[in-house]
Amino acid sequence: MAGDGIVQLIDEKGKRLDGRSVDELRPIEIKIGVIENADGSAEIRMGKNIIIAAVYGPRELHPKHRALPNEALIQCFYRMSTFSVNDRKSPAPSRREKEISMVISSALTSVVLTEKFPRTTIDVYLQVLQADGGTRCASLTAASVALADAGVPMRGLISSVATGLVNDKVILDLYDIEDQKGSGDVPIGYSPILDEVSLIQLDGVFTVDQFVEALNLGVKGANEIYEIQKKALKQKYTSIRAEVAVEPKVEPKEEPKIEPKVESKVEPKEEPKEEPPKKEQSE
Amino acid sequence: MSKIVVENHEIVIPGDLIAEGEYRYGEGVVKRGKEYYSTLVGLFQDKGDFIQVKALKGKYIPRPGDLVIGKIIEVGLTSWIVNIGAPYSAILIANNATEKRFDPVKDDTRRIFDVGDIILTKIASFDRTRDPSILTNERGLGKLRGGRLIEIEAAHIPRVIGKKGTMINMVKRLTRTQIITGQNGRIWVQGKKVEDELKAIEVIRKIELEAHTQGLTDRIRDMLSNSQ
Repeated sequence: MAGDGIVQLIDEKGKRLDGRSVDELRPIEIKIGVIENADGSAEIRMGKNIIIAAVYGPRELHPKHRALPNEALIQCFYRMSTFSVNDRKSPAPSRREKEISMVISSALTSVVLTEKFPRTTIDVYLQVLQADGGTRCASLTAASVALADAGVPMRGLISSVATGLVNDKVILDLYDIEDQKGSGDVPIGYSPILDEVSLIQLDGVFTVDQFVEALNLGVKGANEIYEIQKKALKQKYTSIRAEVAVEPKVEPKEEPKIEPKVESKVEPKEEPKEEPPKKEQSE
Repeated sequence: MSKIVVENHEIVIPGDLIAEGEYRYGEGVVKRGKEYYSTLVGLFQDKGDFIQVKALKGKYIPRPGDLVIGKIIEVGLTSWIVNIGAPYSAILIANNATEKRFDPVKDDTRRIFDVGDIILTKIASFDRTRDPSILTNERGLGKLRGGRLIEIEAAHIPRVIGKKGTMINMVKRLTRTQIITGQNGRIWVQGKKVEDELKAIEVIRKIELEAHTQGLTDRIRDMLSNSQ
């Protein structure tokens, strides 16, 4: 990585090109249940990243010989849309997409109670609609929320963020330019509740001190993301509760007595002659 | 020192600490050391010394004895394969299908149930290693004709039925429909009039949406009696 230091990504005041300080996350927004026909789904917006995660399953696995006899298989399909980056991305699955799918599914397998659903598969589809660096981390964050939304039992959620090295400084949550022009990055997947690291990769050259600093910074960022994940998951249900509570209490009326109950046993279809006048009365 | 950290009926998410100390615990809870954690997005339930988390969503997992509504997806010479909305397809053996003994030489499975038929059935057995086996040779079980079939979250079926069937009986009475609830989240509705069926379905959808709220039976009663 020659000539990395030349690009000035942090100014004298310690601000980055997009105005953040070195240990600041991009604004994050998580929405639950964005795909109606999926068993669970989530949309994450992390800075300019937009990613949709959809979970299907547990369901039967085909071909059957790939099924595990004692636990569920978690299959991830990370895909970048052709329009998600500046230069059109070829729609064919690339080596990078396969790698990310694999690391995300291993990370998720470590927290999901897969032994509850032997011989099945849990499919996680991750579609990147807009990419601006750190999509594998944002995808993992969204995937774990979508799994929880699908009702898949888990030991805890995974919150994920990348840290990196720019101008010899360790920074949190790299975006596209920092990712390309910086001298290294460390994507981290971390479960705050379990205090477990479920994903860690490293690209570039770090000293031991820098790496430790990057790891600690990632854990700090993950803790912040966890609060957002938690809020998103609970909000879906608490909002319905609040709505119901606000509704004015209608006085319970006398239950109208309904006679036709007896008739229901007699003939199910030969009735329309009698019914219409009754309907008018009730209205 | 035993104590429960969250309130009864509170919504918890995977990884939430719910209690410390000594408790008996049910579904949706794992114990690590002396601490109990939730594994689901669900409602926390505190029943004295017993704690559990009731899921708000999730696939139906078969249990022996459950009444479920299935759809025939494949017909074999002496058996059927049935979709019961679970991660596993169920197998209906011909001898479990009718009260008469099934003779593969004389009888034709296709005459009893054909592909696409909707059947009310019961889970006979299920374990981790084999697909569930079901039966239809008991009273009241078998093909469902006419009516409408809807699918809701299996986790909300107990709420649709209500305590001792209060909710479902009220809906049946006030909408003049017959309703059969399957534990797998499928509900069969038949009424004399289309409007009645649609009304019943609308009510069931509302119950599903507000399953985790309090005083639901009263609200549903109001909703039904106001629209009379």
